[in-house]
Amino acid sequence: MMKSKSDNWKDLYKNSPEEEPPLPEGPILFYNEIVIDHFTNPRNVGEMTDADGYALVGDPSCGDQMKLWIKVSDGIISDIRFKSFGCPGAIATSSMTTLLAIGKTTETAKRITDDDVVLALEGIPENKRHCSLMGVNALLAAIEDYEKRSDKESIDRRGHIKS
Amino acid sequence: MIYLDHNATTSLHPRVFRAMEPYLKERFGNASSNYQTGREAKTALEHSRATVADCIGAGPQETIFTSGGTESDNCAVRGVARALREKGDHIITSTIEHHAVLKTCQVLEKEGFRVTYLPVNSDGRVDPEDVRRYIVRKTILISIMYANNETGVIQPIREIGAIAREKNIVFHTDAVQAVGKIPFAVNDLGVDLLSISGHKIYGPKGIGALYVRKGIPLQPIMTGGHHEYNLRAGTENIPSIAGLAQAMSMATQNLNAASDKLSALRQRLESGILNRIDDVQINGLQAPRLPNTSSVSFRLIEGESILLHLDLRGICVSTGSACTTDSPEPSHVLTAMGIPPQTAQGTIRFSLGEDNTKEEIDAVIDVLCDITTRLRNISSLAGK
Repeated sequence: MMKSKSDNWKDLYKNSPEEEPPLPEGPILFYNEIVIDHFTNPRNVGEMTDADGYALVGDPSCGDQMKLWIKVSDGIISDIRFKSFGCPGAIATSSMTTLLAIGKTTETAKRITDDDVVLALEGIPENKRHCSLMGVNALLAAIEDYEKRSDKESIDRRGHIKS
Repeated sequence: MIYLDHNATTSLHPRVFRAMEPYLKERFGNASSNYQTGREAKTALEHSRATVADCIGAGPQETIFTSGGTESDNCAVRGVARALREKGDHIITSTIEHHAVLKTCQVLEKEGFRVTYLPVNSDGRVDPEDVRRYIVRKTILISIMYANNETGVIQPIREIGAIAREKNIVFHTDAVQAVGKIPFAVNDLGVDLLSISGHKIYGPKGIGALYVRKGIPLQPIMTGGHHEYNLRAGTENIPSIAGLAQAMSMATQNLNAASDKLSALRQRLESGILNRIDDVQINGLQAPRLPNTSSVSFRLIEGESILLHLDLRGICVSTGSACTTDSPEPSHVLTAMGIPPQTAQGTIRFSLGEDNTKEEIDAVIDVLCDITTRLRNISSLAGK
């Protein structure tokens, strides 16, 4: 604490304080710059007409909604696109989810958690934690859709059910 | 910064600050103390009371100071309900009240009171005939807000007041958003209690007032000393009370000129939005509204995302709802008007103030065009 020049209260009223005291440490209250960047410039936005896997998650009547498409080559997610009706937290976490998933095998991508997404964004306000689940859930659902389709393809090709 | 959130709070008017300053500094006395600085405080208190009372057409003995709109609502609703418990147990209010009234009614329900929450029409208005229809022998209180904070829709208070008089039922109105925006006098409205807040009218936060008509029974919710005619204990917040009086008197004097200016600015904003952006609706458009408030739903996109984009460009507004774990539901006001949850979620409230300009409104419209395009481009609801 800086020592004041005068202890007379009437003088103190006249003089503005020399420096503002620092704010104490506390919980994350607002979006950080990385989150804002992903919100204003979301990566991999768009739709896909020839996707290998697709998912629609969420319910816009009670919250956010998201569509996600993946393209898979040799078991690796080679392209990914999403669209979202959601709050900034939902848009930013969805965008980060696509970055974490692209270039990974479907098996590895399935293991991406909401914590991974939040960590990659260097934190998100506590009351927005639930947003990070949507992108991860959409990714998982799209991979499952891809797996279902490849199973069906192998059924068709071989003419019998794959064990 | 372009500030379009005056229904949330307003800046402190420099003249209000000047009225408060002496009581924050050298005139720090307690209004109950019997020496010079105490008498200065007492004088400020009673002169302020006379001013506030005069602004709403009340008597000074009918006006008490509280810590704000929320406390005034609590004082009125709880105070009357408890004072009249022997007489009856039924309260009539509406579904679109501020939470200060709604949650208080819910607490009273747990204490054994019965509460009727009246619906509103698609323009957000209560039908006075509904009030009449739901009155029973045991009805002791009607509490309907004067103007809604989210939509600005003005309720038919005079009509409801007449019904309350006819049936001899105590009538409270939360006038927090109406004060300083539309002219009124308590006798003309036929209300028995009326809530006022300081910080919505360029006054300080943490101060409000409650009009209590002479003879209306009220059980105090704050007990202690003999302050405020035994209705609200606690050492009076003299700086803020002096500020509230100054703010009230300025708001009342400038009302007509301010109202004309605000209506013109709002008209500019709404026609700009309607002309340049598709898939929008203005809520409560057919009803009488406060001159400064506009509730706009931008379909296919989400409100908090619009809000943050505006914030990043220095524009302050609020949403009808917030996506948080605490309250994921869309606004209870918009839902009560029959607006689908998805549309309600894309709703922005613009509330203008005396410091706004045409240039600011034009800039906001330009930014909105850009933001809605950007968000619709990434929206999963918008078709290709």
